[in-house]
Amino acid sequence: MMMGNPSVNMTGTTEAPLLAVDDLRVTFPTRTGEVTAVRGVSFTLGKERLGIVGESGSGKSQTGRAIMGLTAGHAKITANKLEFRGRDLLSMPKSERRHIRGKQIAMILQDPKYSLNPVMTIGRQIVETLKTHEKVSGAQAKERVIAMLEAVQIRDPGRVYDLYPHEVSGGMGQRVMIAMMLICGPELLIADEPTSALDVTVQLDVLDILDKLVSERGMGLIFVSHDLRLVSSFCDRVLVMYAGRVVEELASADLSKASHPYTLGLLNCLPTIGSNRHPLPVLDRKPEWSL
Amino acid sequence: MTLPDVTTVTRRNRRRAPSIVKGTLRFLITAATTFLGLLAVTFFIGRVVPIDPALAIVGDRAPAHVVERVREELGLNLPLYHQFWIYIKQALTGDFGTSVLTTNPVMTDIARVFPATIELATIGTLIGAVIGVPLGVLAAVKRGSIADQIVRIIGLIGYSVPIFWLGLLSLVVFYAKLRWVAYPGRIDIAYEYTFTSVTGFFLVDAIWQGEWEVVWDLFRHIILPGCLLGYFSLAYISRMTRSFMLTELSQEYVVAARAKGLSETRIIWFHALRNAAVPLITVIALSYAGLLEGSVLTETIFSWPGLGLYITNSLQNADMNAVLGGTLVIGMVFVAINLFSDLLYRTLDPRTRR
Amino acid sequence: MSEVEPLKPYSRAWLLSDRPTSRHQARIGRAYVVWRQFSENRLALLGLFIILGLIFIAIFANVLAPHNPVQGDLRNSRLLPPGSAGFLLGTDDQGRDILSRLLYGSRLTLFVVVLVAVIAAPVGLIVGTVSGYAGGWVDAILMRITDIFLAFPKLVLALALVAALGPGIENAVLAIAVTSWPPYARIARAETMTFRNSEFISAVKLMGASPFRIVLRHVMPLCMSSLIVRVTLDMAGIILTAAGLGFLGLGAQPPLPEWGAMIASGRRFILDQWWVAAMPGIAILIVSLGFNLLGDGLRDALDPKEAGQ
Repeated sequence: MMMGNPSVNMTGTTEAPLLAVDDLRVTFPTRTGEVTAVRGVSFTLGKERLGIVGESGSGKSQTGRAIMGLTAGHAKITANKLEFRGRDLLSMPKSERRHIRGKQIAMILQDPKYSLNPVMTIGRQIVETLKTHEKVSGAQAKERVIAMLEAVQIRDPGRVYDLYPHEVSGGMGQRVMIAMMLICGPELLIADEPTSALDVTVQLDVLDILDKLVSERGMGLIFVSHDLRLVSSFCDRVLVMYAGRVVEELASADLSKASHPYTLGLLNCLPTIGSNRHPLPVLDRKPEWSL
Repeated sequence: MTLPDVTTVTRRNRRRAPSIVKGTLRFLITAATTFLGLLAVTFFIGRVVPIDPALAIVGDRAPAHVVERVREELGLNLPLYHQFWIYIKQALTGDFGTSVLTTNPVMTDIARVFPATIELATIGTLIGAVIGVPLGVLAAVKRGSIADQIVRIIGLIGYSVPIFWLGLLSLVVFYAKLRWVAYPGRIDIAYEYTFTSVTGFFLVDAIWQGEWEVVWDLFRHIILPGCLLGYFSLAYISRMTRSFMLTELSQEYVVAARAKGLSETRIIWFHALRNAAVPLITVIALSYAGLLEGSVLTETIFSWPGLGLYITNSLQNADMNAVLGGTLVIGMVFVAINLFSDLLYRTLDPRTRR
Repeated sequence: MSEVEPLKPYSRAWLLSDRPTSRHQARIGRAYVVWRQFSENRLALLGLFIILGLIFIAIFANVLAPHNPVQGDLRNSRLLPPGSAGFLLGTDDQGRDILSRLLYGSRLTLFVVVLVAVIAAPVGLIVGTVSGYAGGWVDAILMRITDIFLAFPKLVLALALVAALGPGIENAVLAIAVTSWPPYARIARAETMTFRNSEFISAVKLMGASPFRIVLRHVMPLCMSSLIVRVTLDMAGIILTAAGLGFLGLGAQPPLPEWGAMIASGRRFILDQWWVAAMPGIAILIVSLGFNLLGDGLRDALDPKEAGQ
């Protein structure tokens, strides 16, 4: 179920979409049988921002990881189509897929406390990304890393270069993560709950930086989150997922015209100032949504 | 907006500096009380447990006046705490009494035999670490596979087999039947009196002196007991490596590293292992300490002239001073290694260092 | 949705019910879940089988053993190889049947293991729980003492103790027990400190329970599962230490068929009559392996977090 013309991007010219996903399925074998975390997700993405919203267990993170090729080893991933710029990701040899990671598709993770290597300095970790994909000398690499740290608005990048991840705050750590993943100039960024582990005030700063970088570099963005309001203000389009399926897909501007009861339930959960608050609405899950 | 982040962290660090002094003090006090406790235990075993400590030292066939003299020397007629005080003073000067068997001061005997045990334990730990760590990594990376099962079985047998029995059988196979290795002792009779050792570590000295024939002979002597201890060491080290690696490989930073496009090899050895190295180094240090215990029986089997053989020989000859002196030395080295591995952990983990 | 009819007691549904109606049902139900988890692990079942076999052999040694373990036919049956008529595993230098000696020796092994566990585990449990619950200087002193005993390698300390006490199996048991309790104290203390500030302990305190009662009836049962796992895993080490002491002549004295001592006496003939020293070692290996497998299986079954490793 695809809305909008998949091969027309923002400037109106036709070319292969950045990302084309058709009937993506991710299944995990467990002791008690198979668990399908993602059950037939389909969408296309151009140079735009797509938000994927859902609760825990909806399969939104697994979708992102499947696109990156980061799903756990024993899982089974199938799709009619999983193409990046027209190239099939599933049939690609592993080494080629690895080259795409970091260079053309990047991912930022949720909590910098855990997603940064604790025994390597920040500078070295970012240099590592660079050296994996490009031939640069040590001095050149350091220069570019410092420039990147400045681009994510870290003041005194020379000092931060030599620090360890536990020596910086959460907000700065997330900015380091963004720098680390964007330094090779990827075209597509998947942000897996990038601000969920941060304080509310810091969230806005990080989102600003993300906004600026994505716009400046003309990147495609997939923003995975549980926060519908955040996603709709940040992205052009929103996919709502429940129990592994996409239950609704609409443009952010059309959020008020949502039709699926789950989406309506989510929207109702956000009380608006000035309206009658009692009783607070609670999501009433219907079993037919998980079919 | 961003600046406060960096400076508040460094301000916090500067406030932490005086606690390093407090930490060192606490460390020293812990070490001192532990050593005191060791002395108390050996004192208790030597003086309180036997019915007549003097008899225990000189044996029950000694003439009465010798027993009486020993009793005077030991101050057995003094109250117990006074005896303990004298004991502590003697221990601090390195006086552990005289060996009944060799009539040397126990400390001299121990100083003579200790390097042999160190040499053996070092070879054993080297083998254990060099083989054990890669095996553990392999088992963790290929979890659930045949390789993993084999590594676990090797480890399991290492925990279950009596070391002296395995040593005995390996001697029969590799020495008696195959003549691949040399036995007994550290060095052949032919070289024993012509080779002079400066450090007490024969291998080091022989290589330093360029005496390659001697080095080969030493190698043939040390290889079997070294491998035996090495096997026990690697059973432990490979199991712990596997455990640590499994933990690290399930961490988020490994996912992030994959997202960066790093090769799996690089992630395993430079990211996961580098993180696992911190607790692993302490495991290796503890394994070294454990080999000191394993050497007691190993040296007996191989007639290796180290501290273990010294203790068991003294045991057979009811030489209590020697037994207790040796026990105390092993205990102190054990504690020292434990404290050292604590220190190592602190310096290696950047999260505790700064 | 509430149950329409009560479940049949001891049926599978009753055991797995997540709403037990009595403490008895809850306890048995939990034991059943642990058993289910445990029995999926084939190696753990093997370990259990070996240990049950050991117990069986120890009880029925006098029925199973074909010959007298302490007296042999010096003239006719010295050093016969395995497979000789009537002597499945051969004979030793005094004409004694090795199989019979091994079977009777299992009693000594079991004796040592059970006694050490019975002495060391309660001591460690008490020291650990008191230390963890009381805190303060009581904790500091008890932990210092524990650390000091932990500072000696087990075999070495046991050696020194037996040297002072004199050889014999009771002294060996005592010596090993003295060296074994510190790890249990540490485990019990760690567990106690986890629970010390929980709300259910506060609740019992509010009801007026004395610290003695709290530690005994509430804290100690919680430490049980970790302790049982650790004791089982330690048993292999205890057997190896006891065998080591026996090898050095410090354990059970001849002519008792202690496995370690058998290896020592077989050492002289190992070149040509290898079976005298080899067979007891195999017995020790199998029993230690059994305890290790059992302990590993128990740990995986009782603490699912560790199961992956």
